[in-house]
Amino acid sequence: MGPTSTGIGNRKLGMWTFIGSECMLFGTLIATFLIYRGRNVVGPYPRELLNIPFITVTTFVLLMSSLMMVLALAAVQRDDMRGAKIWLFMTGFLGLIFLGGQVFEFNHFVHEGLPLSRNLFSSTFFVLTGTHGAHVAGGALWMGTMFTHAAQGKLDSNHSETVEIAGLYWHFVDVVWIVLFTLIYLLE
Amino acid sequence: MATSEADVGGRAAGEHKQGLYSGGLWSWLTTVDHKRIGVLYFVTGLVFMLVAGLEAQAIRLQLARPEQRLLDPEFYNQLFTMHGTTMVFFAGMPLIIAFFNFIVPLQIGARDVAFPRLNAFSYWLLLFSGLFLYSSFFFGGAPDGGWFAYTPLTNRQYSPGMGMDFYVLALLLSGIGSIAGGVNFLVTIVNMRAPGMKFMRLPLFTWMALLVSILILLSFPPFTIGLVFMFFDRSFGTHFYDAAAGADPVLWQHLFWVFGHPEVYILVLPAFGVVSDVIPTFSRKPLFGYPVVVFSGILIAFLGFGVWVHHMFAVGLGPIVNAVFGGATMLVAIPTGIKIFNWIATMWGGQLRFKPAMLFAIGLLGIFTIGGLSGVMHASPPADLQQTDTYFVVAHFHYVLIGGTVFGLFAGFYYWFPKATGKMLNEGLGKAHFWLTLIAMNLTFFPIHFSGLLGQPRRTFTYAEGLGLDTFNLISTIGAFLFTLAFVPLIWNLWYAWRRGRPAGPNPWDAPTIEWTTSSPPPHYNFAVIPRVDRRDPLWHPHIKPGLGWAGEAEPGGVFPRVQPDDAPEPIVMPNPSYWPLVMALGLSLATIGGLGSLPLVFTGVALALLGLFGWAFEPAEGGH
Repeated sequence: MGPTSTGIGNRKLGMWTFIGSECMLFGTLIATFLIYRGRNVVGPYPRELLNIPFITVTTFVLLMSSLMMVLALAAVQRDDMRGAKIWLFMTGFLGLIFLGGQVFEFNHFVHEGLPLSRNLFSSTFFVLTGTHGAHVAGGALWMGTMFTHAAQGKLDSNHSETVEIAGLYWHFVDVVWIVLFTLIYLLE
Repeated sequence: MATSEADVGGRAAGEHKQGLYSGGLWSWLTTVDHKRIGVLYFVTGLVFMLVAGLEAQAIRLQLARPEQRLLDPEFYNQLFTMHGTTMVFFAGMPLIIAFFNFIVPLQIGARDVAFPRLNAFSYWLLLFSGLFLYSSFFFGGAPDGGWFAYTPLTNRQYSPGMGMDFYVLALLLSGIGSIAGGVNFLVTIVNMRAPGMKFMRLPLFTWMALLVSILILLSFPPFTIGLVFMFFDRSFGTHFYDAAAGADPVLWQHLFWVFGHPEVYILVLPAFGVVSDVIPTFSRKPLFGYPVVVFSGILIAFLGFGVWVHHMFAVGLGPIVNAVFGGATMLVAIPTGIKIFNWIATMWGGQLRFKPAMLFAIGLLGIFTIGGLSGVMHASPPADLQQTDTYFVVAHFHYVLIGGTVFGLFAGFYYWFPKATGKMLNEGLGKAHFWLTLIAMNLTFFPIHFSGLLGQPRRTFTYAEGLGLDTFNLISTIGAFLFTLAFVPLIWNLWYAWRRGRPAGPNPWDAPTIEWTTSSPPPHYNFAVIPRVDRRDPLWHPHIKPGLGWAGEAEPGGVFPRVQPDDAPEPIVMPNPSYWPLVMALGLSLATIGGLGSLPLVFTGVALALLGLFGWAFEPAEGGH
């Protein structure tokens, strides 16, 4: 539709705006988690279950996916489609590994006697990390779509803004995880 | 279908103008034109408003005399819950978004909103969520926990029926549409302004639309999460609002009101915007203190996030919290008062024309101020402890919401109707509508200030004889009937305009903003030439004389062109119509219905929504140029 008043593309500004709104969404979830911390009246309690080394590894994997995202965008911008395919695939793939870790963790918790409806910790933990996981899944689907496009030869440097916008989303979701990891696993 | 809309623009503008509202059902289902979506929103909002009005009518009938049994208490609970929920989410919001849709792109000199298909998607979600909510009447009863649905009353244990599930799911669904709308209008206003349309040249209505978009974006997510918690508590046995599990049910109140109070400003700021455009036009004077009115609006929006606890003074959060929030609430009166004085100063010494739009705008000044004053009264926690949950509060918020939102939207309706349809409304009928509404509104809601102060609790289906409440309630019920009657001249007027309305011409009111440079109704592409704006109130440039200056372009200044040409000098690329937003909205709606307890339906819905999403992402958004 031609140049915009600010010079920033509509879709990019839209994504920034959406991310602003998402901050309130996660902010509410995080605030609830913090308010309800340590108010369980029945076990199991977080300290008995949280596997910090395991989650540290999946966290590292998710952070690496952000690096892949940066490399993907750089590749698209210089029309290196072979690189773009590799890095887009890797971004989504690492996201899926992170999700796999989350599925494993959820399963483990349920087997250890912490289903969703067990206590306040299970309620807040599953809904908070589940919402984040849903965001990662959506992002992985997006990466897969762009990878398919790249493989079909429909992606080039003219479309780099699409990749950049997907990157904004992906990095945001990663930053949220850094906050969650700190507050859920590291905070005493 | 994909090609026709795109390239007609340049070549056959005249043909296109007549076609704005023509076309069959399919063209409406697939439309992405902000003007047609605006009309859809308006009609939908008006129908829901009439339905919720009838619910109020039934409530007033039940309360006409003490100890009546016209309605049984359970049904009465459903009626007041549905009345409030409908008026806020399915009448007030859609009517406001209707005006955003129709007016904002025209006021900033754009050809459509930033994301036309997202716009259609928002509308379909609103329609489907409203229908879904109302279907609850046929499936075991409507929601009955009040429009703010306090826990623990609304926990599964105390509200075992499906009603509150409908409430939670319907508002989750419509909330998605609202957030999408917020993104859309924020980007539109920030990014799609015509050359020269700086922020401090924006018409006030657009300014308020920008603020409301920000309020929607920041206030709906906490509410959404609150609803998600409620959904999980009710459906999966989590404990977010379960005191026995160590949780705090007051969390819901916080999440609701940290949304609910900004929501009040979402409803009223657009009305302020309308009035700030209407009063200058019908006073033939630029708005007094434009920057101050803008910054007052910003201040109201900002303070709106810091006052939610005044809905919760009786909860017992302690004297410090209550005092701080009471003080912050009183601060809101300052920017609001500034606006009122600016509007009065605009009228002062102006050439006033008391057209129906102007009458409603002046009505807002009076009625809203009364509501504002009672608001300052219960901003004080000790006073509020006496007034909370009585009819006094009901009187207060009906004065601000009818006196503010409804009067403002009616002012906007009479002001922009000629622009939207190309036809003039009948002035006499419009004035009759105004006076009837004004009298009926006061007759209905003024007496309940007194019954409230006498202690009549809200949401109680009857009251005992001999408490001094009988007369006030009877008067209020008579007023409510008159209020319903007040819609007769409005409907008659619509019929009149349709059959015999005079042609409006581009600028029937000699108004100063650029939506009046294009034809009425505007062509599909709004502006054959994107206007260039040189100043605020561009059509009141000194070289333009009222009623005279429209023909010549001899003296430069204000806005170019002053009247849009009939034919576009170059081909215009417009967004293609699309059915994918409808498919995606249908998918999400199916998933929502599935949320009542059918997992296969959820999966079907999500699959359909994904299909819609991919269809949407991969179709060409604009014509084949």
